[in-house]
Amino acid sequence: MDALVDRLDRIRGTVAPRNHNARTIAALTTNPGCGRRGLMDAAGVNKGAVAGQLGFPAAFGQSRFAIARGNAFEAQVKADGAAELLQLLRERLGLAIPEVAYDDLSNVGGNASREVRYARTRSLLARAAAERDDAGTLFDHPMLRLDIAGYYAYLEPDLIAFRAGGRFHVVEIKSFAVIDGQADPGKAAAAAKQSAVYVLAMRELLGELGYPPESVSHNVVLVCPENFANRPTATLVDVRKQLTVLRRQLSRLTRLDKILDALPSGLSFDLAYDSDQNATRPPDELHKAVSEIDARYSPDCLGSCEMAFFCRDEAAGSTTALGRSIRDDLGGVESVSTVLGLARGTLTPGAGQEEIAGLLRVAHRLRRECLEGAV
Amino acid sequence: MSVLTALARAEAVESGRAQPLTTVRHTHVAERPLVLVPLALAGEAAAPLAAMVGTDRGDGRLLAVANPRDRTQRFQFVAQLAKIFLTYVEGCSRAVDATHTAKLRYAEAPQVLVPNRGGVEFIRLLGRSTRFRRTYGPHPVHRTVPLLGQWFTFLRERADHPGSAMLLAMTEVLGEHWATGQSGLEDANLAALLGWIDPPDGLDGAAAAELAEDPLRWPPAGPSTDPTFDNEILAPALSAYARAADPQAQSRAESALGGAIREQLEPTWGLMWRAVDLLRARPAGGSVEARWAIDRDVFTVYHMSLAEGTALPQPRRDSAVAAAGRLDRLEREQARYEAQRALDDPLVMAEFRLSGEAFTGTVVSASPNRVDTSGKKAALRPHITVQTEDPVRLEPGALLVSPARLSQQAMVVSVSSVDVVLELSKGMGRSTKQAPPGSVPEVGEVVTYGPVSDAYQPPGRFPSREDTPWTHGGPPPDYQPNDIDAAEDWS
Repeated sequence: MDALVDRLDRIRGTVAPRNHNARTIAALTTNPGCGRRGLMDAAGVNKGAVAGQLGFPAAFGQSRFAIARGNAFEAQVKADGAAELLQLLRERLGLAIPEVAYDDLSNVGGNASREVRYARTRSLLARAAAERDDAGTLFDHPMLRLDIAGYYAYLEPDLIAFRAGGRFHVVEIKSFAVIDGQADPGKAAAAAKQSAVYVLAMRELLGELGYPPESVSHNVVLVCPENFANRPTATLVDVRKQLTVLRRQLSRLTRLDKILDALPSGLSFDLAYDSDQNATRPPDELHKAVSEIDARYSPDCLGSCEMAFFCRDEAAGSTTALGRSIRDDLGGVESVSTVLGLARGTLTPGAGQEEIAGLLRVAHRLRRECLEGAV
Repeated sequence: MSVLTALARAEAVESGRAQPLTTVRHTHVAERPLVLVPLALAGEAAAPLAAMVGTDRGDGRLLAVANPRDRTQRFQFVAQLAKIFLTYVEGCSRAVDATHTAKLRYAEAPQVLVPNRGGVEFIRLLGRSTRFRRTYGPHPVHRTVPLLGQWFTFLRERADHPGSAMLLAMTEVLGEHWATGQSGLEDANLAALLGWIDPPDGLDGAAAAELAEDPLRWPPAGPSTDPTFDNEILAPALSAYARAADPQAQSRAESALGGAIREQLEPTWGLMWRAVDLLRARPAGGSVEARWAIDRDVFTVYHMSLAEGTALPQPRRDSAVAAAGRLDRLEREQARYEAQRALDDPLVMAEFRLSGEAFTGTVVSASPNRVDTSGKKAALRPHITVQTEDPVRLEPGALLVSPARLSQQAMVVSVSSVDVVLELSKGMGRSTKQAPPGSVPEVGEVVTYGPVSDAYQPPGRFPSREDTPWTHGGPPPDYQPNDIDAAEDWS
């Protein structure tokens, strides 16, 4: 393990590693085959800074209005020992929760290192799990960790975990509105995916302590503002499906050691910051280093990965850049020029390409026939 | 998506320009469309921030909310928007279609154009948050506010109907007509999409699309704003307004805010009208007018029912029976729309030809006076043989129709590798002995036959509202607008 950590530290360079969060892990599983992203995330590389130095800055800003609204809503729900949250859990979800204590785990006696916080979370959850009765505690900001491609990623979820009916539940607070019982499907799906990451991480933690997976409920509590007001509402979301997908995708993640074996030993994405915090690494050298690892670009990356604009530029001229469904429609042929060559009959189809080539030739003839008359 | 569209995208990559997916325009473009570019405040469910709206490209009205979290200002914004919109709607109902005498039909209908799907969603949320309001009671609003809510809800519902052109997202309309050299995801950016379709001089589509991704050059087309704009320009402008101590300072702050917002909206405003020009430049498909007539009928009925006070309530959620009936209608409209598109446009029909469900070819032999005497009554059943290069995958017995002879039915008799034999019925007059000239394709004629037909399809049958089965919750309670809905928070 230490050799691996050393190697990853070298790749990252002199800066501190960036933490994973549920969002980055959920994003990771949307493109599990991407070695570039997998390695950079495992090493805690600041991908945004690397992309910027390469000349492809990513626009992943968040509006301060959105942040303020999210924080205000979360603070409202958690205010006074999470009074509003408790009322919701009791009334809306009918959970029998006794008088509770509220325990914030974000800071452990001034020492907030990830390992220390994880250990404390673990011991507190262990104690709660060992009690026969529900411990009656809301745990805020627990530190969890998850094994990502053979490397521990620490998660700092914005969530509350509590125990009711002998099981732990995960509460996720989001500030998008649920209007007439319906939320934005994209946002709701993202929230369910992130919650699944937390459920999985909690199950791993309790699993290590000898508790079965069912000790963490697959029903997570999603707390959102209702309609156009600030009043919170709670919904139980079943994340079994997301858990299955997540488990499968994580197991499919290209193993790090395999990626690392194929790379030159001196590889590093260090940006060589000078004393004024300016990156001095020459972009073409960095470009060469990044290009050593294969990426698997798809247009979905644009919404989730800071490296996406760089990878898109690299993928120019490939059918993948047009989207996976287009690539599938084109029978998996990789380059646009091959597609056009096959369609025009100037290229001889390779093995396995005969069928798509035939289809493309007909498509080409049909388009010419219909357009040359009309244009 | 199909191989044909995918190939068009590949061609676009090579040529650096978007490639046409159709030979005609399938969407009606009104003479006076109402273009609406909305902006919403980030993080809120439906807090309008600003909008540019109007029917004249040289005269876009800018509406802005100086304090988007203030309820009064928000309703003022809605009332201003309502005034513009309701004037527009009344303008559409002023003239009656004189060619249509069976029942009253207005000569025009409103057509609202928004930049993207988000704009359609904005209309929905604004409609939802205003239609239950009341002009009396604890939180009275201007009488136009709930009316706008009803109209916006009506428009948003129409937008789900395939072929309806009353509320359109511009990126979707353009995407139906052109294939770009980028992914569908990137096509959701109006500036990038237009960059591919109509790149500025000296640039190819890819370069124009890349420039279009720079939010400083081309601000997002709403309703979400650029986060950097929010943080660096909008937030200071809003707090300057909030801090303003006297009316003078307030109006200064307000005009500064208006200026900043105008800069965000104007580029998209220009793009919207450029897109309208591009669409108008294409000839309209044969059935576009008929679909617009349906829109005008629906508009006429709704406009009159609102005036008479008989408009149906718009509940928060449809009941089970209403939802099932609506879905059934939408499905039939979808099938009809696709059929009409294929019959109007050889390039859409080509999709069917590529999959072997349709074919085009030359008639090589015809027996126009062939009579079938096997049944009780002798019937005229001409046979034609069509030679084609298309990869036909049809079984004998399949029923087809030709865009050139919509009333005539053709049945596949046999298929060989080079030709197809068809038996024709209907559309040949009353004689049982001789087909009138021209009713049967002649030797040498180029014909197309496909599976699609825009013939009437009977609606599905659903129980009445009172007979809603228990599996679907039983009969729903009647929806009555209530005080709680009217006084709902909007924060």
